[in-house]
Order: sequence, then C-alpha cells, then structure tokens
Amino acid sequence: MSCLTDKFDELRKIYPEEIKSSMVLPLLQLTLKEKGHLTESDALFIADYLGVPAMQVKEAMTWYTMLYRAPVGRHVVKVCRSIACSLCGEERLIAHLIKKLGIEPGATTPDGRFTLLEVECLASCGTAPAMQVNDTYHEQLTEEKIDRILEELS
Amino acid sequence: MTCERVFFTFEITEDSHLLPAYRKRGGYEALEKAIRGMQPAEVQAEVAASGMRGRGGAGFPTATKWSFLAKGAPVYYLCCNADEGEPGTFKDRWIFEHSPHLLVEGILLASYALGVRHSFIYIRGEFDLSYRRLMNALQEAREAGLIGQSILGSEFSCEIIVQQGAGAYVCGEESSMLSSIEGFKGYPRNKPPFPAVKGLYQAPTVINNVETLSTLPWILRNGGAAYAKIGSEKNTGTRLFGISGHVVRPGLYEQPTGYRLKDLIYQDAGGIAGGKALKAVIPGGSSTPILTAEEIENITLDIDSVAKAGSMLGSGGVIVIAEGTCMVRLLQVLTRFYAHESCGQCIPCREGTAWMDRIVKRILAGKGVAGDLERLEGITVGITGNTICALGAAASMPVASFLKKFKHEFAYFIEHGRSLNDGRLEVQL
Repeated sequence: MSCLTDKFDELRKIYPEEIKSSMVLPLLQLTLKEKGHLTESDALFIADYLGVPAMQVKEAMTWYTMLYRAPVGRHVVKVCRSIACSLCGEERLIAHLIKKLGIEPGATTPDGRFTLLEVECLASCGTAPAMQVNDTYHEQLTEEKIDRILEELS
Repeated sequence: MTCERVFFTFEITEDSHLLPAYRKRGGYEALEKAIRGMQPAEVQAEVAASGMRGRGGAGFPTATKWSFLAKGAPVYYLCCNADEGEPGTFKDRWIFEHSPHLLVEGILLASYALGVRHSFIYIRGEFDLSYRRLMNALQEAREAGLIGQSILGSEFSCEIIVQQGAGAYVCGEESSMLSSIEGFKGYPRNKPPFPAVKGLYQAPTVINNVETLSTLPWILRNGGAAYAKIGSEKNTGTRLFGISGHVVRPGLYEQPTGYRLKDLIYQDAGGIAGGKALKAVIPGGSSTPILTAEEIENITLDIDSVAKAGSMLGSGGVIVIAEGTCMVRLLQVLTRFYAHESCGQCIPCREGTAWMDRIVKRILAGKGVAGDLERLEGITVGITGNTICALGAAASMPVASFLKKFKHEFAYFIEHGRSLNDGRLEVQL
C-alpha cells in the first residue's frame, strides 16, 4: 500500500483539512485504478487513512456502479442501453457482442480479456449508438466498427 | 430574432480548446473586467439583468437562486453540476471538450460574485475526454494566475476542485451531489433546508449547471441587457439543444429560446430518419412527458411554451421517435433505467420503479394481465410527491404520459400478446 499512500498524500494537498471527507470517492477511485477492483480491506484502509467511519467508506464503495468489487477483464466493454442508443440499434449491437465474445452482459471471458456490461446513458445520444471500452468512448457504432475495435485490443 | 451565439462562435480545430485560442476569442476579458472594475454585487446585477434561467432542467432564474444565499456566513461554496446523465442530454460534454475555459471563467465569475473561495466541479465518472480537457484547462488557468491566490493580482482568491462521480444518475440531483462530494453514497436530502442556506458541509451553497455557468462570460462581456434581448422574453438567451433518436442529423444545435421545435427537427436535424412520419417527441430529456406529433405542431423551445403543451423543456435534450416504433418496448427502456437508478432511500420510489419495470416487462413478454395499466397508473400516483427528490416524479412522468397518449398500444399488447407495431425500436431503412 505504500505507493498508494504516496498518491493519497499527493491528493490530500488539494483538500483543506475540514473537507477531508470529500476524499472518500477520489481515494476509492485511485485504489480501483491501481488494483482493478475493490475489497472491504481497501475501504477499511481508506477509512483509517482519513479518520472517517469505516461504514461511510463501505457504503460508498458498494453504492456506486463504477466501483467494481469483483475482478473485471482487461477491457471492460460498456454498451449504452439508454433511450437514444436503444432507438439507434443497441439491441442489435449487444446481440452482436454477446455472440462475438461468447458471454452474456455482466460476465468476463475465461481468458480474462473482456468484461461485457450494459450501462445507462453515456451522454452520447447525438452520436448513438455508443459504447465505452475502459475509459475510451466509441460512437456511431456498427457491427463492423465493433469488430475492428475489438481486434485492435490485446 | 438575432442570431447571436454564446457557444458556437468558433471553428473547432485541434487547439481551439486551449487557453491561447480561448484568449483570442476574448476569453478571460470578462473576468478581468469584473475583478478590476466591478463589485461582486454589480456582477450579480448583470446576471439578474440577463434574465437567464438555469440550464440544468428546472429552469430557475439564476440570479434569484444566487440571491437566496444566506447572508453573513463565514464560508460559501459553489458547485458546478456536471453530472450530465439525463438520457437525451449531451450538451455539457461539448463545453468540456471544445471550450472548457468558458466554464472555468464562468465559475471564477460566479465565485467572485458570491464570495466563494472553494468551488467544486462534480463531473460524471464516465467522462474521459471531457475530464482530461477540463483538467488541462485548469492547469493552464492556474499557470496563468487565473486560479489560486490573488487572481490577476487582486485580493480575490479561488480554488477549483474537481470531483469525479462514480456512476449514479441520482447524483445529478443537487442534494445527492452534495452527499457525494462530501464522501458519502449519493442519497438526496430533505429540503428545506435548501442548499442556499445549508448546503455543502452545512455552508450556504450555490449549485449551477455547466451551461449556466459557461454563459456568464458572455453576459459579463456584453452586458445582461444584451443577453436579455436574445430569445424569448421570459426565457432569455440561447440554449444548446441536443437532438437524438430517429432524425437524419442528430447532434447539438445552439438556437435562441423561442426557436420552433419543428424547425429544430426538420431543418437543423434534417427531418425523420428513413423519411418516416413523426410519431412522438420527448422534449427535454427522458424524464419529461412525451408529446405526440400533433402536440408539438406549434411548440417553440422555451420553458413556457413546452409547459403549456403539457411537458417540460428540461435539459434541452430532444428525443425524436418515428412512426412504427413500439411504445411498449420504448417505455420499458425507460422503466428499466429508473428502476436501475433509484437510490433506494425512499420506499415509494425504490419499490415503485421496480414494480413499474416489472409490469411493463411482463406486458412486453406477452404476459400482461387485465388491470396492469390501472396498476401502473396507480403506482405513478403513489410515487409522485412522496419522495425526497425528484427522481420518483422523473420515473413516473414517462409512464403516465406514455399510457395517456399511447394507451391503445399497451392495451393491444396485453390483449394479443404482441406489439401493435413490429416491436422494434430502430427505424428500418
């Protein structure tokens, strides 16, 4: 945890002491970035570091959808299923991805390369249908475009 | 009607989002003018003169919101709501990606006007390019002495702290956002007390939308009176309208308020995809009541005109639906969304959104039973007004309006076990 603590200390400089509780989410996000998923011990470590109740950090950790609490694949494919993408072919694209990756939404391929998720609005409605692979947005998707994107990933 | 533009004033190039380009467009002149030559109260007066109403969805007059701030507090906070998550809405992303300094300058202007030393930007966790461009803009501004201690050599100091969300629609609700910034799960809070009295860390807090704050540089540079001349009388200025769904050219268009909705659909966005007829429009983000093609005939894009037609201009996210679309299936996309995003705090919303989704899903599976539509209506009534935040009402409005306007499609589905249309959501070209 020592390299993480350095990063925590770095972030702490931004926050005045009286609002240190605001660091709960940033610290969870930093830890997630470092470790890939979060566990209860991470929450306890952060609570201890900040001197805030452990339950506050545990509640936050289990409440936000982007804070993964189980291992995910190297590439997390998040397909937007909200209204604009639905009107522009999301069902067709998710069916294509299910077939292509051989897994249902929520699952990870056995080789640990891909996790497939359906997510709510990515604010790409004007460039629908859209998906995100890890952080990167891919918009105006077609089946062919998805194939190309997946091929380029290791 | 003038064709004044606040946002779409420049050509997008690979460096048009950077500080030098922003300065060439007159960037930070308004801040300099305010800090060097205006009292905070004068800045507030300009905003009041502009008549601007908030762009987040509720349309509350910005200057009035500011005036509610409790007086004499030792600390004030400003929070910029950039948790853009209302389906159909994608305007804040454009500002972050193409003109992030507009927001930074707007936040500094508001902070100066309100005596704020720490401002927060709560940006969606999913946003990637937006986040990177914002952080880069803040870095540029800091290096240029525009953020931090003694801005432009004055006595005004202000820090801007960026908080990333972590995937929760409800955090776009202002009190939920405050909970999230304070490091808790994003449960909304009871009002009163309103944030202007007890907000972030119990201090008086102003919460403004990205587009609202990004309009301030224009208002301070050109004057509130000039802004008030744009658009409709009671709902001034231009707005970034996002149009999505079954149109030829979906995207973001800046138009003055009072612009005809039909012009946005048929001229800007090139009409309905595949040359189909228009079936319905959701005018202001997915929570706003759906309108039929006949109902939008004379609507102009201002708050009052859309309200008169029985819906809301909301966040300006116009979702267009072509003839042939299955409304039962489309409603289930929405009920699924709200059931997923209900935070779980208030029982009517937590249970009600799940029930509504289950019933619509059941109808969609061909297993609808007599009484389902009455049950759905009953649930919308049970949720509305009985929850801490507006998510419950936001979930109910689509259900109630779909049932009211397309009841025959639901009744047909229950009776025959299949869609009156071909059951698809995508336009078949």
